[in-house]
Amino acid sequence: MLTKKVGKQTLQFPNTPVVKSWASAVGPKEGEGPLGQYFDLILDNNLDKGDKSWEATEQKLMQHSLEIALEKVKLQPQDVDYFFAGDLLNQIITANFTARFFGIPFFGLYGACSTLSEGMVLASILLDGGYAQRVGVSASSHHDTAERQLRFPTEMGTQRPMTGQWTVTGGGSYILENQGQGIVITGATVGKIVDKGSSNNNDMGTAMAPAAFDTLKTHLEDLGKQITDYDLIITGDLGSLGLNVLKELLARDGYPTDNVSDCGVLIYSPEQDTHCGGSGCGCSAVVMNYILQGMLEKKYRKIFFIGTGALLSPTSNFQGETIPCIGHGVALEYNG
Amino acid sequence: MKSLLMAFLVGGIICALGQLLMDLTPYKITPGHILVGYVTGGAVLSALGLYQPLVELGGAGATVPLSGFGHALVQGAIEGVKSKGILGALGGGIEATSVGVAAAIIFGLVVATFFTPKG
Repeated sequence: MLTKKVGKQTLQFPNTPVVKSWASAVGPKEGEGPLGQYFDLILDNNLDKGDKSWEATEQKLMQHSLEIALEKVKLQPQDVDYFFAGDLLNQIITANFTARFFGIPFFGLYGACSTLSEGMVLASILLDGGYAQRVGVSASSHHDTAERQLRFPTEMGTQRPMTGQWTVTGGGSYILENQGQGIVITGATVGKIVDKGSSNNNDMGTAMAPAAFDTLKTHLEDLGKQITDYDLIITGDLGSLGLNVLKELLARDGYPTDNVSDCGVLIYSPEQDTHCGGSGCGCSAVVMNYILQGMLEKKYRKIFFIGTGALLSPTSNFQGETIPCIGHGVALEYNG
Repeated sequence: MKSLLMAFLVGGIICALGQLLMDLTPYKITPGHILVGYVTGGAVLSALGLYQPLVELGGAGATVPLSGFGHALVQGAIEGVKSKGILGALGGGIEATSVGVAAAIIFGLVVATFFTPKG
């Protein structure tokens, strides 16, 4: 008998796992952005001193974010039961190499930009089910490694179309505990793949918006809630174009959209010339630092965070395949 | 001065066309498609005798873009056949473009040595 699953895709966590600690490490462009003050570590260069490759720098970003998150609550890696992590690179090397340094039982995830929310859902299941006391979740991306992985080498100087988003250079980590006061995870909605036939890897916001919409709508229906029950619906990361598409989809079905925002829109200012805003696993992973801080400051009490992933591979994209997209939702509430 | 201006205009128009093809068409055209398409297109135009007038008009503006590479390949192949017979079609094009290819390799090596690209 299912007792914690509600409706089609929604899970409830009666033991309410708590987000105990979080931290972020970012590159210079993100540090100069409007959220710069909320990040724990800002590198001077996309290639950190002494690193031979951008991949090495990305790995450090994820590692440092987890170290800082542990440090903030005076924990050691051995205090953490499981570690979920993922990134955008082939074989999720950033996550694998980071896990190498911590010795925590590890699950590697690939969910593109939905990695953080996917990790939070799985971590909450372990915590609520009594399989763990503490779980770490990390996600990272790096502008230059992602450009090579998914588009063209940066040296080629290919022009980015106006629909493009700028992959965030950054890593974010979160430590979740099975009980406590603070920002708790009350429920989650596991997304399903939505593919509306878009194949443009320079316009992933439009591709992902229907997946975010599907997850949000299902979540509200499963729980019998109104969109206004949440102070903030935050997607990560549709960018400005994708956010508009989502708002149009919501408006068409009669939902109000005043409380809907997006991590990719928040991270850069328009003057930073990123076109449609930020993207990449690192985007929501670092912007959620700012959102959670906002919850502590009582700007929002209840939020619904939908990590949206455009799950394309460069191979399938070259072969003309469309982009499968997903959105995983996590409901967070501040009870402090 | 006039030849400079013509080179700028002809070269600029060729390149702007490529950019417009990528930006304004509903098909997903990548820089890779433009690269291959321009070399092939230049070769076809050259074989039909339509590219040479453009070179006379625009000079380097027509020979430097990738379509000029296709033009050189075809003209080399035609020359090869004239001087060495039918097998010259295989070697002629490579011979005619060898300066460009070797320069690309050597300049690439020099730049890579000094700037250690990471991409």
